[in-house]
Amino acid sequence: MSRFLAILWRDLRLAGRWGSDTVMVVVFFVLAVVLFPFGVGPEAQVLARIAAGVIWVTALLAAMLSLERLFLVDYEDGGLDLLASAPVSLELVVLAKCLAHWLTTGLPLILVSPLLAVLLNLEAEGYAVLLAAMLAGTPTLTLIGAIGAALALGARRGGALLSLLVLPLYIPVLIFGVAAVDASVAGLSAHPHLMFLGAFFLGALALSPWAAAAGLRQALE
Amino acid sequence: MPAVSPARPFRGRDLVCVRGERRVFAGLDFDLAPGGALLLAGPNGSGKSSLLRLMAGLSRPTAGILTWDGSPVAEDREAHGARLHYVGHADAIKPAFTAAENLAFWAGLAAGGRGRAARAETGKRIDAALDYFGLGGLAETPSRLLSAGQRRRLALARLLAAPAALWLLDEPTLALDAESFARLVRAIDDHCAAGGMAVCATHVDLGLASAERLDLDAFAPANGGFADPFAAAEAAEIAEAGPA
Repeated sequence: MSRFLAILWRDLRLAGRWGSDTVMVVVFFVLAVVLFPFGVGPEAQVLARIAAGVIWVTALLAAMLSLERLFLVDYEDGGLDLLASAPVSLELVVLAKCLAHWLTTGLPLILVSPLLAVLLNLEAEGYAVLLAAMLAGTPTLTLIGAIGAALALGARRGGALLSLLVLPLYIPVLIFGVAAVDASVAGLSAHPHLMFLGAFFLGALALSPWAAAAGLRQALE
Repeated sequence: MPAVSPARPFRGRDLVCVRGERRVFAGLDFDLAPGGALLLAGPNGSGKSSLLRLMAGLSRPTAGILTWDGSPVAEDREAHGARLHYVGHADAIKPAFTAAENLAFWAGLAAGGRGRAARAETGKRIDAALDYFGLGGLAETPSRLLSAGQRRRLALARLLAAPAALWLLDEPTLALDAESFARLVRAIDDHCAAGGMAVCATHVDLGLASAERLDLDAFAPANGGFADPFAAAEAAEIAEAGPA
C-alpha cells in the first residue's frame, strides 16, 4: 500500500510541476463545447436539447487527449522497466497511475462541466445528475483508456491507434451518461442509468488493471 | 542491520532468447553464488541486454528456467523484484524532479518502508548514495540541468539508496568519468564482498577482482539464429550486399 501511495504521489507531483496536461484537457473541453453554439446557432431550446450529449462527447475526447501519455513517458525514459522490476505488482502500478490520471484530468472536467452546462442552457433538473453521471463515468474512461494506452505503447502514431482502440469502448458510458441527464430533465428517474454507469465503473475497475498490466508486459518484452 | 540480506544462489538453465524472428542465444547456463560477479561479454547484438532483462524478470525466456534458491523466479515476480536493482540504458530520471526527489522515489519504492524510522533510514541512505557518487551538491538541482554523466551517476546511486542482493547493470560505465568509474567498481566490489551479487554487461575492463566472464558468443546458435534456412540465406545475402 505504501508503494501504491508512492507512485500516486509521484504522478500527482509530476502533474503539478508540469501541469500542462490538466490545463490542456480543460481548455480543450471548454473550447470544444463553446464551438457548438457557433455551429448549431444560439437558439436556447436547441442548445438545451443537445447539452448533455455535447458535454459528454467532448468530455470523452478531452479525456482521450491525455491518455496517450499515461504510460508513454515512463516507457520512453526507462521508468517503466524499473516499475516492472520493482517489488510491486504491475496491476497496482496501473491502478495508481489511473487514479493519478483521473485526479488530474477527470476531476477538473467534472468541476468545469456545470459552467458549460450553463452555457448550453441545460435545464436546472439536469445539473445534479450530470455531475453524478460524470463522477461515475469519467473514472471508467480512464480505466478503459489505460488498456488502450498500454496496448498502443511502442506503436508508431500511438495516439491515433489509441483513439481507434478506445473510442468504441466508450460508447456504453456515453449512452448511459447522456440518458441519465435526459431522463432527469424529462422528469423520469435517472437512477437506472446511474446504476449502469456504476456497474461499468466496477467492471472496469476489476478488469482493466489486469488487461493494462498484460499490455505493459507485452510492451516491455 | 546488514546492508544486504543473505543472498541465495541465482541460477539460469538452458535459456533461450528469441528477439523478433532470430534466436539470439540458446542453451545458456549460468550460476551466481553469494559474493559472485558475472561479466557479460560479447559483440553488439549478442544478447547481453536481453539476458539482463530476463534476469530482471522484465521478459520471459522462450525456453529454459531461472531459479533463485531452487524456486523459479517467474513464480513470484514481486519477491524477485525485492532482491534486485536493474540499471538499464535509460536513466529513468524525471526532468521535473530534483536529483534527490528522483532518487527518493525509487529508493522508497524499493524499500517500501512504513513509519518514521524506516523513512529516516531510507533518507540517510539516499544522502549517502548521492554523496558517494559526487552528487551531494546537486541534490536540489532540477534533473533537467544534469549532464549525461551526472544522470548516469544518479541512476547508479539507486544501487546504494536501497539494499538489494542482486545488481543487474547494463553498460553502467557509459558517460562516466575516471573517478566515477573507479567509485562504481569499488561499489560493486564492496557489494560482492558483503555477500551481494552483480551481473554486468560491459565492453570495458572493469578490473573487478573476483569476476567471472560469460561470453555470450559461445551460445550464439548456428545459422545466425534463424530457424528458417531461407531467412538465414536472405540475411546472408543482405550481409553480402552490404549497407545500402
